[in-house]
Amino acid sequence: MNTHTDNTIAIEVHDLTVSYQERPVLWDIDFEIPEGKLVAIVGPNGAGKSTLIKSMLGLIPPSSGWVKIYGQPYKDVRLRVGYVPQKESVDWDFPTSVLDVVTMGRYGKLGYFTRPSQEDWEAAKGYIKKVGMQEFQNRQISQLSGGQQQRVFLARALAQEADVYFMDEPFAGVDAITERSIVQILQEMRNNKKTVLVVHHDLQTVPEYFDWVLFLNMRLVAHGPIQSTFTEENLRKTYGGRLAILSQAADAVARERR
Amino acid sequence: MDILNEFLIYFSDVGSTRRIVMAGTVLLGILSGVLGTFAVLRRQSLLGDAMAHAALPGICIAFLITGQKHPLWIMLGASLTGLLGAMLIPWITSRSKIKTDAAMGIILSVFFGIGIFLLTMIQKSNMGSQAGLDHFLFGKAASLTQEDVTAIGFLCIVMVVSVLLFYKQFQILCFDPAFGKSLGLNIRFFDILLIAMIVIAVMLGLQSVGVVLMVAMLILPASSARQWTNSLGIMLILSGGLGAIAGIIGAFCSTLAPKVPTGPVMVLSSSFLLFFSLSFAPSQGILPKLWKRRQQKSHREEEHLLKDIYKEYEKAKTFPIPLEYRSSLETKIEQNILFCGAKKLNRLIQKGLLVWQGNFIQLSDKGMEKARILLRKHRLWELYLQRKMDIASDHVHRDADDIEHILPLEVVEELDKVLGSPQSDPHGRPIPAMHKEARP
Repeated sequence: MNTHTDNTIAIEVHDLTVSYQERPVLWDIDFEIPEGKLVAIVGPNGAGKSTLIKSMLGLIPPSSGWVKIYGQPYKDVRLRVGYVPQKESVDWDFPTSVLDVVTMGRYGKLGYFTRPSQEDWEAAKGYIKKVGMQEFQNRQISQLSGGQQQRVFLARALAQEADVYFMDEPFAGVDAITERSIVQILQEMRNNKKTVLVVHHDLQTVPEYFDWVLFLNMRLVAHGPIQSTFTEENLRKTYGGRLAILSQAADAVARERR
Repeated sequence: MDILNEFLIYFSDVGSTRRIVMAGTVLLGILSGVLGTFAVLRRQSLLGDAMAHAALPGICIAFLITGQKHPLWIMLGASLTGLLGAMLIPWITSRSKIKTDAAMGIILSVFFGIGIFLLTMIQKSNMGSQAGLDHFLFGKAASLTQEDVTAIGFLCIVMVVSVLLFYKQFQILCFDPAFGKSLGLNIRFFDILLIAMIVIAVMLGLQSVGVVLMVAMLILPASSARQWTNSLGIMLILSGGLGAIAGIIGAFCSTLAPKVPTGPVMVLSSSFLLFFSLSFAPSQGILPKLWKRRQQKSHREEEHLLKDIYKEYEKAKTFPIPLEYRSSLETKIEQNILFCGAKKLNRLIQKGLLVWQGNFIQLSDKGMEKARILLRKHRLWELYLQRKMDIASDHVHRDADDIEHILPLEVVEELDKVLGSPQSDPHGRPIPAMHKEARP
């Protein structure tokens, strides 16, 4: 066991509170994740899993708190962060090819007016091959199945060549074989010291796929290595019982501020 | 010939007002085609409509304040109320339970209502009788001046160049803005820039196309272009080109017949181009689809005939078929001629699948091979449905009739393996082998 790996903190979140239209949906989130972990974010519907990812990426401004990636504010190290949004967030009828979409992963590194170079196209092609989509490289994206769409998004994130990845339900609408191959790629990334946060729904596969877990239900219930944290008690705390008091408090805050 | 002559005269007539008008409408067509592509892809095309209608009160107010019809003041007034309308839509949806479509309808009709109210007052007053503000309703391209066209040309170049320069930003803004934002691209800025450009395009179009129809110039060329391509870059070029064609036709027709209004002709020719695209565009067009379906149907009919003839061989168990079986074979062929015409039979002969043998039509070696594999697919599929899908054996024939024409050979071999290389189908008839055997 390399102790050095465990000491480097890849992600640090401090006192993060996020509100939608004045209604708090995440309360005082605090956690640190060491480098080189494959992390599952789990919790019931409406627990704020996507919101957590989006606010860490600065897509939703937090009402308080901060996020640091390798000790620096997110804004300064954007290029070290890759993102897989929810599949439903885009229009798959858009006139564009698989290669075009994956090449978008390179845009962050390009200047304002710069077009993707030959190198960028080649890199994109490499990542398309990596997710096993080389035959579909020039396909229009509306002709892809759900699993293939997820692979394309994964390839686009890989093309970002980041150190930390946030993935919003990369297993949604995916068949068993594709799920296996995606997990394999994620584990390979982890072995290369990448830190990957994944919003995940299937509790059964959590211990099998991941090595770190974050239980979320409007607040952070528990987080840590699977062995010590993925316990029945934490599951019950996260999923059992509606958080009546927290919801009522959120409503009260919303009424007050409106 | 007359029209051709007119066309030549039209273009030899250097420096005339006609050419100015045409330059204006063509530039407008290009601009609205390019920007319309983004509006359509972002599902914001109706926003353009709401903005155009919301411009009318601004035009009237600008006239009431300045008392004259100077284009600068008119454009300024139009842009102000147009933008106000556009901004009120998200304001309404975020502060009430009213959804976007209803909010757009509210803005469009309320602003347009105010506009018509003001316009009627102006028309009926003394000062307004000759103002000609009503031209802004449906446009009057003939009123375009040299200065107007220069301004349109300048803005058109600026905006097309911005689209080229910021192509990747606009692409990601339309496809996946959240991802773009996570990359650190200034998505908010480009969002505002794009809307501002669409507003300007709409305002430039008010004079020649008018508030009521301007949205058509945003939507129609882009929708037509989408039928022909799956690439954003090509769609932008095509859409701009189709917009330009509409501009040429519009300007040309209105000079041929001075009573024909330019704006509506531009819209009509765009609709014709859209109709043409919907009908003929390969892979997405209606006619190519019909043609493909027809091809498939005749392909199926041919294969069914081959199969029927083969079945007669099977019954006769000898080749060529002895006389007593021939009569039923002839009936089959005759029925087919009755159903689908002798043409089909001739085509099969041309393809070398059938041959004349004396007075009889027989399967050639090639036809025999093809029919055998068809029957193999048919019977294996029947057996598969019955054994693995638990479908009753009297239900499986029609399904197999459909699938035998499209089942790839690899799948057939897979079926064979899964079923353990069976010898006969659910009805007890033999399943032909994959490879050629001695003639039955």
